[in-house]
Amino acid sequence: MDIETVRKVANLSRLDLSETDLAQMTQQLTAILGYIDQLSELNTEGVEPLSHPLPIQNVFREDEPRPSLPLELVLQNAPARQGDFFSVPAVFDPADDLSH
Amino acid sequence: MSIILKTASELRELLNQGQITSVELTQQFLQAISTRDPQVKAFQLVDATGALEQAEKVDAKRKAGQPLGALAGIPVAVKDVLCVKGQPTTCSSKMLENFRPPYDSATVEKLRAADAVIIGKTNMDEFAMGSSTENSAFMTTRNPWDLERIPGGSSGGSAAAVAACLAPVSIGTDTGGSIRQPAALCGIVGSKPTYGRVSRYGLIAFASSLDQVGPFTHDTLDNALLLEVLAGFDPRDSTSVNRPVPSYTQTIQQPLEGLRIGVPKEYFEEGLDSEIQSAIKQALQEYQKLGAKLVDVSLPHSKYAVATYYIVATAEASSNLARYDGMHYGYRAKPQSGEKLDLIRTYSRTRAEGFGKEVQRRIMLGTFALSAGYVDAYYLKALKVRRLIKNDFDQAFSQCDVIMGPTSPSAAFKLGEKSNDPLAMYLSDIYTIACNLAGIAGMSIPCGLTRTGLPIGLQLQVPPFEEEKMFRIARMYESVTDWHTRRPQLVLGK
Repeated sequence: MDIETVRKVANLSRLDLSETDLAQMTQQLTAILGYIDQLSELNTEGVEPLSHPLPIQNVFREDEPRPSLPLELVLQNAPARQGDFFSVPAVFDPADDLSH
Repeated sequence: MSIILKTASELRELLNQGQITSVELTQQFLQAISTRDPQVKAFQLVDATGALEQAEKVDAKRKAGQPLGALAGIPVAVKDVLCVKGQPTTCSSKMLENFRPPYDSATVEKLRAADAVIIGKTNMDEFAMGSSTENSAFMTTRNPWDLERIPGGSSGGSAAAVAACLAPVSIGTDTGGSIRQPAALCGIVGSKPTYGRVSRYGLIAFASSLDQVGPFTHDTLDNALLLEVLAGFDPRDSTSVNRPVPSYTQTIQQPLEGLRIGVPKEYFEEGLDSEIQSAIKQALQEYQKLGAKLVDVSLPHSKYAVATYYIVATAEASSNLARYDGMHYGYRAKPQSGEKLDLIRTYSRTRAEGFGKEVQRRIMLGTFALSAGYVDAYYLKALKVRRLIKNDFDQAFSQCDVIMGPTSPSAAFKLGEKSNDPLAMYLSDIYTIACNLAGIAGMSIPCGLTRTGLPIGLQLQVPPFEEEKMFRIARMYESVTDWHTRRPQLVLGK
C-alpha cells in the first residue's frame, strides 16, 4: 500500500490527515494488510459468502405512524442550531458560479 | 467479610432478609469507588445522586411489599457505549464527549425494569476498538491485580470495576472478545451471548453483525441472573431473535450428564503462554474428574480468524462511523481564525480531530476493503472465509457439547507494551474472535493465577442459543474449584 492509495482512502473516509499521519498510516496499514494477505492462500471457490450469522431475511413492519422524539430532544445535541433547524456550513460556496 | 466482596446473588439474599438496605449497599460501593477508583480508573462517570435516588425508591418499594425486579437494589456499572437517557454517553471518544442520548438503550431499560441501581458508566477503548482500554480518549484503566498492567479491552472499565469490587456486576459489549478477554485478564466471569440474544437498540454500533451485549460478574450464578434480565426479543433491533429466554438460574445447578468437551488442537499451538496452557489442561482434568469426556476436535480455519475479523469488523465500522460528521450531534471542528471551512472540509476536519488513532486506522482499513477494485479481494474474500470458520464450528459441535480452551494467549500485559504495534494488539484476541464471526455464544471463567498472581481465563463456547447449557457446564467447574472466589490484594488489603 503506497501513500497515494492511503491519501485516496483518507479522502473517501473523510479524514483530513497530516502528511506525518499519512506516512505512519501507510506503514501500519501495510503491515496489517500483509498479515491479512494470508487469506489469499485459502481456496474459497464455490464458498457462499457469510455476511451475517443469523439466517434472517428482511424484517418488515406495518407502515403505521408512531410518535417520534420531541424536537427539543432531537436538537439538544446539535453542534449548532438556528431555531428549529440544525445549522450547517454552506453546501455550495455562494461565490462559485453554479450556472454551468 | 466486607459486603462489597459479595456476589449479586448473595447481596440479593441480604436485601431480601432486610439485613441491609439498597441505600446502604449503594453507599458502600460509592465509598469503594471514591477510595480505589482514583487508582483503577474504571469509571468514566459516577452517578452518585441518581444511584442513591434509585436505591431509595427500591427500598421504599420493598418496604411497601410491592413486587420487585430480579436485580432490585443491586448496583450495576454500564459500559459507556450504551445509551443512558440524558447522561453523557461518550464511547470514550472526543467525538461524543458532550453527547447526551435522547433515549435509553434496551439494556438500560431492562436494568431499570429489574429495579437495578445504575451506579455509573465505565471506561473503554474508543468506540470499543481495542484490547487494552488504552485507546480511551480520556484515561487508561488499570488491572486491579497489578496496577502496572492493562485490564484487557475493550470493556476494560466494566471488567476492572467488578474485579476491584467497585460494583458487584457490570455490563460490557463483545465484538471480537471485548467481554471475554478482559474478564479473563481481571479474574472474573464474562459472557458473550449468541448474536441476536440481547437487543442492540441504543448500543452505539461498532460492527453490527458482530456486536453483542453481555454481563461481567464474580461467578456464573450471577452471570446467569444478569443474562436472564438482559436477553429477549426487541422489535426495535431487526437482528433480535424472537425466541423465549430460558430461566438460566433455575437450571444452573444441574450438572450435565455425559458432558463431551471438544478440545481443538489449534488452541494449543505456538503463541500460547506455557503457564496459561497448564492452567487450561488442569481445568480440563477437573472436568474429567466430574465425568466429562474430552474429544479431540479441529477448527482448521482458526488461524484465519483474526485476518477475517479485521476486514469484516472494519468494513462494518467504516460504514457505521460515517454518521459522525459533526452535523447533528457530537464534535464539530471549528475553523481557525480567518479560515473558511466548507461542508466537506468540516466533515473531514471533524473526523480527524474527533476520532483517535485506532479508530481512524480501522475506518481507513474498512474503507479500503470496501473500495472499488479491492472489495472482491478483501471484503468478499473475508466473508467466504467467515463461512468456512462457521462451518468449522458446526462440524466440531456435531461431536461435542462445548468447546474449551484459553480465553487469551497470555495474562495481562504491561501498559504501553503493545500500544505502538496494532497488529500485536489484534493478535491478543486470537481465541475469542471466531465466536463473533460464527455468531455462537461464549464465556470466560477464572481458572487459575500465574506465578506472579495474574488471573487466567478458561473459555467455553457453545452452539447458538445454548447459553442455558453453557452456564450449567461452567457452574460444574465452580462447584469443585474456588478461583471465582479470589479477589485482588488491592481489595483485600494486607
